[in-house]
Amino acid sequence: MDASILGSILFATIVAGTPLIIVALGQLIAEKSGVLNLGAEGMMAMGAIAGFAVTLHSGNPWLGVLAGMLAGAAMSLIFGVVVLTLMGNQVASGLALSILGVGLSAFIGKPYESEILPTVGALRIPLLADIPVIGEALFNQQALVYFSWALFAGIVWFLYRSRPGLVLRAVGESPTSAHSIGYPVIRIRYLATIFGGAMAGIGGAYLSVFYTPLWVEGMVSGRGWIAIALVVFATWRPFRVLVGAYLFGGVMVAQLFVQGSGLDINIPSQFLSALPYLATIIVLVIISRDQNTVRLNAPVSLGQPYRPEA
Amino acid sequence: MIRLERRPEASQVMSYASPLIAIVLMLIGGLLLFAFLGKNPLEGFKVFFINPISDWYGVSELFLKATPLMLIAVGLAVGFRANVWNIGAEGQLIVGGIAASAVALYFHEAEGAHVLILMVIAGGIGGMLWAAIPAFLKIRFNTNEILVSLMLVYVAQLLVSWLVHGPMMDPDGFNFPQSRMFEDSALLPLLSDENRLNLAFVFALGALLAGYIFMFRSFAGFQMQVAGYAKDAARYAGFSAKRMIWIGLLSGGAMAGFAGMSEVAGPMGQLTEHVSSNYGFAAIIVAFVARLNPVGIFFASLLMALLYLGGEQAQQYMNLPSSISNVFQGMLLMFLLGSDVLINYRVCWKEARV
Repeated sequence: MDASILGSILFATIVAGTPLIIVALGQLIAEKSGVLNLGAEGMMAMGAIAGFAVTLHSGNPWLGVLAGMLAGAAMSLIFGVVVLTLMGNQVASGLALSILGVGLSAFIGKPYESEILPTVGALRIPLLADIPVIGEALFNQQALVYFSWALFAGIVWFLYRSRPGLVLRAVGESPTSAHSIGYPVIRIRYLATIFGGAMAGIGGAYLSVFYTPLWVEGMVSGRGWIAIALVVFATWRPFRVLVGAYLFGGVMVAQLFVQGSGLDINIPSQFLSALPYLATIIVLVIISRDQNTVRLNAPVSLGQPYRPEA
Repeated sequence: MIRLERRPEASQVMSYASPLIAIVLMLIGGLLLFAFLGKNPLEGFKVFFINPISDWYGVSELFLKATPLMLIAVGLAVGFRANVWNIGAEGQLIVGGIAASAVALYFHEAEGAHVLILMVIAGGIGGMLWAAIPAFLKIRFNTNEILVSLMLVYVAQLLVSWLVHGPMMDPDGFNFPQSRMFEDSALLPLLSDENRLNLAFVFALGALLAGYIFMFRSFAGFQMQVAGYAKDAARYAGFSAKRMIWIGLLSGGAMAGFAGMSEVAGPMGQLTEHVSSNYGFAAIIVAFVARLNPVGIFFASLLMALLYLGGEQAQQYMNLPSSISNVFQGMLLMFLLGSDVLINYRVCWKEARV
């Protein structure tokens, strides 16, 4: 396998991993506050169609990303009202949000199915992009790729170096104690949930505006669920989310590996397409094998409704 | 200011009223949606909810559509009662459909009742096998069954896509991704000559009855109910959690597999990539709206089937995408989960405290 093929595989891996990073880091923040939102798939779908439609009408992909972000945030707000204010079951509500988002996006997106967006050019970083093999892959990418790295750095700083991040973690570990020392648990959970939704929306918009760039019903094809699995796999640590997302990105572009290997093997495309889902199951098995790994790392109040009495 | 006040005990009345409230809210949401789309809301309501069942043929189509939903929902409800979350019925349906189709194609020139009987068995086993994966992984490796069963939906969709493009493709089908049409011996007998309703509907009613007996008249059903309400109490009583996971997932898988069989051997008459129209997910909504009760599942399946037929009508007569059905379904479940707050809380007006 020569260097140029290696470079292009790395490039494709990063492209495929980026939406997973953005969505999973958003979910990480929500889950750190104790909210389990299984609706990522639906929020991504809404982000994808909102981003696509606005980009098509305005001609500006960044307005599209903004619209995707707002659509994801709006979806998560619906979820927030049901589980935080009305204390609904988080598992069922997240599932409902997924069904609603996938259905609503298909409904809104019908007229857009034959449209194609112009390709958005990459943002080339001078000098760094000239590094052999990895330069093009790392530094001649879409702006949202750099955004995903900034998001990662920002979240690491926020969670482990800032006071609000400490409060957020406290709310997820013990809402009762956080409440008793005066923190507004529900409001913090709302903010974390909406942040998660906004990031899922951006992840969706990335798919429809930059990655494909077109709209097809069901185009998110499980990436929202994979992102949720990724947070578990990462045992709620941002760095492992980053690594895991690129691992999955690599699995998603497996056909490039097959082509790059130069071997003349004829694998049905469906088998390669199934790999990310099988990989998700395998990593879940690896991480859940020891009961304590998940139990000790998950935010203690994850998925539990909380209502401040008094 | 509106405040929620905890009820001294959960309201029985509200646990039955809340699905009705959710249905009313969904209808209001639907009227608003039609108005927002620039359609006459009353016209939309008529096309969506009245027209599909305005004649006997329409009613028979409603029962036909409700059949897979009843089958799957009652199977899922068994697991949901014990907090075993099988979200992958869609995939189990597909694999059941594949297994039943394999039998039909193998015996494609055979006569006799054994073909159908073997198809039913194969469908059930196919669905169970697919559900056994998350069950085994949960028991052996403590893996989350929601994510595993859901991932297997995508794998099943790819599997059926490969099969109808490859090994199971109709040799005389001009390369269309679909299997041979099944012979009469591999099709479920129709209940009358007037419509498409078939034996699977009777089977589904039987499944509801069996589900009712299991849930409310059997010890295993009782154990699963206890585990659903209080996990620790169930463990203290010595009920086997593993057994409940197996029963919960396999019952959902088997019923979804039967539903897949009833689709390929019923209205479809062949295997295609579109074995299911999201029945596996719609059945989850059915199970919730029905409060995991077989009697409720009967009515909730009819409602959900009406949403499907309404969507088809809206596509035909109002030029709206048929995915409007999914919007209604999603709204219904969301409203239900929201109105469930009324079971444990009551709304009261209270002066804001100074």
